[in-house]
Amino acid sequence: MTATTQPRTAELAPGQAKPKKPLKVQLKGQELAERKFARKLITPALVVAILITQVPFVVTIYYSFQNWNLARPQDRSFAGFDNYVAVITNGAFLPSLWATIRIVGGSVILSLVLGLILAVLLDRKFRGQALARTLLITPFLVMPAAAALIWKFSLLDFNTGMVNYGLSFFGIPPVAWNTDHPGLTIVFTLTWQYTPFMMLILLAGLQSQAGEVLEAADVDGASALQTFRYMTLPHLRTYAELATLLGTVMMIQVFDPVNIMTKGAGDTKTLPYLLYERAFIGQQIGEAAAYGVVTVIITIVIATAALRTLFKVFTEEAR
Amino acid sequence: MTRTKQRRLGMASLVTGFALAVSGCAGFGNLANEPGVTTLTLASVNNPQMQDMSELLGDFYAQHPNIKINLIMMEENDLRNAATKDVATQGGQYDIMTVGAYEVPIWGQNKWLTDLTDLAASDPSYDVGDFFKPVRDGVSFDNRLYAVPFYGESSFLMYRKDLFEQAGLTMPERPTWDQVAEFSRKLNNSDRAGICLRAKPGWGEMFAPLTTVVNTFGGQWYDMNWDAQVNKPGFTKAVQFYLDTLKESGERDPASFGFTECLNLFSQDRAAMWYDATSAAGSVESKDSKVAGKVGYVRAPVVMTKNSGWLWSWNLGINAESKNKDAAWQFLKWATSKEYAHLVGSKLGWSQTPPGTRASTYRIPEYREAGGEFAPLTAKIMSEVNPKQPGVAPQPWVGIQYVTIPEFQDVGNQTSQAVVDAISGRSTLAEALDKGQKIAERAGENQKKEG
Repeated sequence: MTATTQPRTAELAPGQAKPKKPLKVQLKGQELAERKFARKLITPALVVAILITQVPFVVTIYYSFQNWNLARPQDRSFAGFDNYVAVITNGAFLPSLWATIRIVGGSVILSLVLGLILAVLLDRKFRGQALARTLLITPFLVMPAAAALIWKFSLLDFNTGMVNYGLSFFGIPPVAWNTDHPGLTIVFTLTWQYTPFMMLILLAGLQSQAGEVLEAADVDGASALQTFRYMTLPHLRTYAELATLLGTVMMIQVFDPVNIMTKGAGDTKTLPYLLYERAFIGQQIGEAAAYGVVTVIITIVIATAALRTLFKVFTEEAR
Repeated sequence: MTRTKQRRLGMASLVTGFALAVSGCAGFGNLANEPGVTTLTLASVNNPQMQDMSELLGDFYAQHPNIKINLIMMEENDLRNAATKDVATQGGQYDIMTVGAYEVPIWGQNKWLTDLTDLAASDPSYDVGDFFKPVRDGVSFDNRLYAVPFYGESSFLMYRKDLFEQAGLTMPERPTWDQVAEFSRKLNNSDRAGICLRAKPGWGEMFAPLTTVVNTFGGQWYDMNWDAQVNKPGFTKAVQFYLDTLKESGERDPASFGFTECLNLFSQDRAAMWYDATSAAGSVESKDSKVAGKVGYVRAPVVMTKNSGWLWSWNLGINAESKNKDAAWQFLKWATSKEYAHLVGSKLGWSQTPPGTRASTYRIPEYREAGGEFAPLTAKIMSEVNPKQPGVAPQPWVGIQYVTIPEFQDVGNQTSQAVVDAISGRSTLAEALDKGQKIAERAGENQKKEG
């Protein structure tokens, strides 16, 4: 198929708009039968795909209407909207949502900025470039639990941690990170982990920038800073958006550092950790499911709004 | 190909596809059951004592050739979830389970575990009376035994004899918390904390030691009517004392410190005292520890009660839904017998003998020798603590550092998070305990309905 369509697009003159709607093709006779046959062949796979992806969610919705405490199975019953009322009234959800926004938002912004700096530094030829790139990517390859342990014991430990040791050179007394700044410890860990990811995407963006454009800017007498500000940054916008989107999707699932370092104390109870607590410490399956459903709804609403308005990547005008 | 043929082929593939998809759920039901052999499925926590047991199963098979054990090891939380799900849904997947002291009374009350009282009494050589009474009480409900203890622990105060001598201090045999706080202040310096006390959030972390402090300060989680007592004077005074001690002379960054972290700190010569589990002593005296041989042990500090040690045990229980209860009992008897202590000692080393359940274990000369200073004290504490009334006022449950209601994990966990906020000054202690009180009240209401 691609072989036949390719020349057709190539025939379009540059700048000419693509046809808005693809041509509707009427299939007849033999072709139609083949199409129908193909659909039948694909049905089992489609049904399995629907079952696998949607059944867990439907089951979650069902659980969310159940009064079900794992430790009191004899009391299991239909709860109506009790669980949803509990989600709203017991005051854990909004602080948790807020904590998630602050931790994930802070980490995304920090890692994006650091990733941009590193990407710009890497986007040039120098000896040992490959080695530097590999070293910089490493934090992203470390498992989240391992990363959390590294930060807890090697970096942020009060007595023997490297961060406090480093601070001592500036005459700053040791900081009890986990007790006094639990939110920051999670942001540190996440930023450390995801900066390489941001860097990789932005680096790809930098390397896709046409050399002629930069040369032309240079000829026109633009300074390096001006070139970066007016040529490179706009070019990177879609890449940064993609990095932000993917980074947010990945970081919003943060669980390991919270479980290992702060145990949800001090405004670090992110939504995934709250859900875990309700389900496995509170053993309230119904309530946890209701939290899950509400989270999904809010996520869909926010994501749709964000994708429609903020992100050029997903709007047609960008093409 | 004609159209009908195509359609038929399409239908066939559709049906086959469905069949394949659906049959994925069926599958291996019964794996090779040898005739005459009973296979018992044992869900176990994966701690060292249980791993030792799996190595010694050969001895059990030699005595019972017609019983096979299918041992499934899990991490503590996984086990708790898997086992709870199995017993709560009457699944009957596991015949035998290791059950923590916190769950045994709850599960016993729900009749999820087999009542072992008569089975245990029927065999005089098993000698139920040999188990420490507090441990036995801890795994009973209404004086019926629902599990048999495999190993147990209490808590005590570990202190550095050398540092005390240097500073001219003497540790009394039964210290009070005021004395301990005083020692801690004197021994605290920039290199070494005066005392390590767990403050990592979690009902099993911070609130294991802290609840024993609450008990001896005259506080409690619930009174006899299941009214929550979390923001009442006794509870508040105890937590205030705990926080003050931490602030003045405890480890820095307390929110990071649970059992493992305190063990590290103390055995790396960075704390002068440590109040924690009796089972920690083995690691403190091990080769890797910088302080081995320099540590003294005394009873848990007290204020208003005579004793304040906690009580924990890992126990073996038989699923009420098990179809092989007789065989399962044979296994329980083997693993918790007097002879088992000898077996572990002679085959794997005496320091690996499961501690804290049977008085007879502490009469074995080899064990006494290997157990050093802390073994006889552990035995004494284990027989002295009172899980029926650990505090000043009576309580409607049996248990020292926990409340045997299903919601306690949640109550303890959330309250501990609030207390950490008080430690760091993000909230006042009163605010934190008010929060805990509210959560505890909700759980108490459930309990009132049940009662």
